[in-house]
Amino acid sequence: MAKDFLPSFEWHRVMVEPWSADAFQNNLWIFLMGFLVATACGLVGNYLILRRMSLIGDAISHSILPGIAIAFLVSGSRGTVPMFAGALLAGVATTVIIEVIHKKSRIKQDSAIGIAFTTLFAIGVILISLYASKIDLDQECVLYGEIGFVGLHPPVQLWGMNLGPLPVFRMAVVTVITAAAIMLFYKELLVSSFDPGLAFTLGINATVVHYCLMGWLSTVVVNAFESVGAVLVIAMLILPGAIASMLTLQLPRILMLTVVIAAMSSFFGIHLATWLNCSTAAAMVVVASGLFILAWLFSPTSGLVFKKLRHRSDSVPEFPETATDVLNPQPGK
Amino acid sequence: MSKRSYKFALSLLFLACMAQEPLFAARIGELTETDWKIQVIRFLSFRDPSVRYALAGSILLGISCGLLGSFIVVRKMALVGDALSHAVLPGVALGFLWNTTKDPVAIFIGATVAGLLGTTVVNLITQTTRLKEDTALGMVLAGFFSVGICLVTMIQHLPTGNKSGIDKFLFGQAAALGPNDIQLMGIVTLLAITVITLFYKEFLVSSFDSGFAHSIRIPVQLFHHLLMLLLAFAVVISLQAVGVVLVSAMLITPAAAAYLLTDRMHRMVFLASIFGLLSGVFGAFFSFLGPSLPTGPFMVLGASLVFTLCFFFAPKHGLVTRWWVKRSRSQQIQVENVLKAIYHVLEDRGFDGEGVSIRELADQRKQTLEESVRESKMLKRAEYATLLEEGNMIWLTPEGWQRAREMVRNHRLWELYLTSAAQYSADHVHDDAEKIEHILGDEVVRALEKRLDYATTDPHGKKIPSSESIQKDRMGRREKVPGYGQDI
Repeated sequence: MAKDFLPSFEWHRVMVEPWSADAFQNNLWIFLMGFLVATACGLVGNYLILRRMSLIGDAISHSILPGIAIAFLVSGSRGTVPMFAGALLAGVATTVIIEVIHKKSRIKQDSAIGIAFTTLFAIGVILISLYASKIDLDQECVLYGEIGFVGLHPPVQLWGMNLGPLPVFRMAVVTVITAAAIMLFYKELLVSSFDPGLAFTLGINATVVHYCLMGWLSTVVVNAFESVGAVLVIAMLILPGAIASMLTLQLPRILMLTVVIAAMSSFFGIHLATWLNCSTAAAMVVVASGLFILAWLFSPTSGLVFKKLRHRSDSVPEFPETATDVLNPQPGK
Repeated sequence: MSKRSYKFALSLLFLACMAQEPLFAARIGELTETDWKIQVIRFLSFRDPSVRYALAGSILLGISCGLLGSFIVVRKMALVGDALSHAVLPGVALGFLWNTTKDPVAIFIGATVAGLLGTTVVNLITQTTRLKEDTALGMVLAGFFSVGICLVTMIQHLPTGNKSGIDKFLFGQAAALGPNDIQLMGIVTLLAITVITLFYKEFLVSSFDSGFAHSIRIPVQLFHHLLMLLLAFAVVISLQAVGVVLVSAMLITPAAAAYLLTDRMHRMVFLASIFGLLSGVFGAFFSFLGPSLPTGPFMVLGASLVFTLCFFFAPKHGLVTRWWVKRSRSQQIQVENVLKAIYHVLEDRGFDGEGVSIRELADQRKQTLEESVRESKMLKRAEYATLLEEGNMIWLTPEGWQRAREMVRNHRLWELYLTSAAQYSADHVHDDAEKIEHILGDEVVRALEKRLDYATTDPHGKKIPSSESIQKDRMGRREKVPGYGQDI
């Protein structure tokens, strides 16, 4: 029984076979897709973390589902344009609903988020189960995607060149635009995330930045949705940025590290999934969570282990919180 | 009283579900072809045991989720519930692996442990790193959930895995509930009700004012952990019917709806339980209508429906209600301003003559004739005035005359107060008085009059109608309307 469930770790099967000739191409596309999803989500996610809006990301990733389902029903196809439009509408609708509930009643923001996204997600799931034959999605796919089949999509041909399967190509475009937009609007995003007051004096319209960010978030999420599903998108949004911010304090370095972490979790995720024979997208997130635990414990700047070691060498707290902490250093604290 | 009868009804229901009866048909969850009309009849006749189990389960989970959800909503911890509910998935999978069947107890233990581990990790991350709570919640939610999904997909790849029904834990299927599940749900619900009733005061104080709770020696941390434990229980028993993904809605939405209806915690807890129950039944009913409809989303939709109604129509905090109150208040103010204008017209001509013409009112209010006609009709509706048949003359009724004088008195008293007591200059006081005249109550007016030594002229040299004379009119019901040719 246990043997059935937990396959033994065979180096060759797990680490070498995925890259052998017959599986190489498929796994390459899976790796690329995972990498692109994690990069695009991670880059946008960094700003969500800075703005303390991680859970709005969670909400939007759930609530684009009815948008996609309705786009399917209306257009009758899995076309790119209706899907984008549906997702964008749903994403903006979520932010608006949260705002309305939060501003127009005594309900606090956290409850407002919880109410808005669960309602929309429920509508999405109901639509999918009612029109299962018309919507090319199933409930499992909604939850954890089907990144394993990404190589089976028809490739995009442009000027006679093979640019890879459609979802990978689309995701690559989105990722490149994300990176370019962050470089172009680096200052605006930075200032409005850290100091809305200063942003206002510099003539940056924080509301516009907010809604652009939300709109772009929905666009990224709808692309990622197909491969990692609604719930795991939140991991792709938050984890790379959170890991990176455990390692450094500078935003440019955090953004760079996000890309590296995305590549690592995608790569090792494929191997983990091969070993355990489980969902590839989930395995990628498990790897990312593992990386976070490593960073949490062993980060040179803020890891628990190094903090402990440093703590022994000097008894004054590194970041004294109050004057009494400095005057009466307590070894336990 | 209501609390006791509610518990009594609950235990009756619980007993009724325990009673075994011969099977009438196959389990509804196993049917593939269904007609919704037949399903409605099956559901409403309660003859099918699986209908009864599903219904009992939905009721029990609705009550316990509403009960505990109230506390997390007022503690602003709504999304902790969300993280907790996703974090139980690996525990469910491991509990399932224990002997590869849906053993409710093993799953219950596994899921509770995983859920509590999740909330502990959230606390650890926020305490030891610079990451904020929302990020920590998101990470735990996604991290635990992905481990759970890995385990679930591994189980599904087992030879026996596909028929296991573990996928029902993702979106919920009330029809899959069995007698053992109901028993467990009943025990947990009773436990939650008992604990909350016994320690109601402690939970209340530590939820709203933890500093005060500390000072009266309530172990706040202990009650926090106790609440988390109960919350984990509630989430776990709801899993099979609502599903991992949407349990948090059953915690948040009914409680938030109740929060809009009342300001008292015990009423909120009661209402939230009722709303939870209603949405549970709603979900169970609709998911029975079709062969593959998941229960959880319908329950959530039911709860959202209740919330939407409360959001718009709650007696005190509803959006429409508040809009209506605001509108009628602004109409009241408009009416009072018209009355005041009529008073001014009458005052300018020394309170003689029969009523006020529309043209005079329009000149006084600096508006068009149409607007004045509309306002005169508002006065008539409020029974402050009668109109001549052609509609171009307004006579105040005794009530209207009294209200007009009160307004003028309030206005002038306030102006006088500002100039004499607050040292405003006389040309700065009008706008302020214009706002406050509508809301000065009798007591404040009496205090003002006393403080101003029952002065009779305002800073602009106009006469202030005294409260005494207005009061006298009210008592004697004498018709002191200038339109009837009497002096003030």
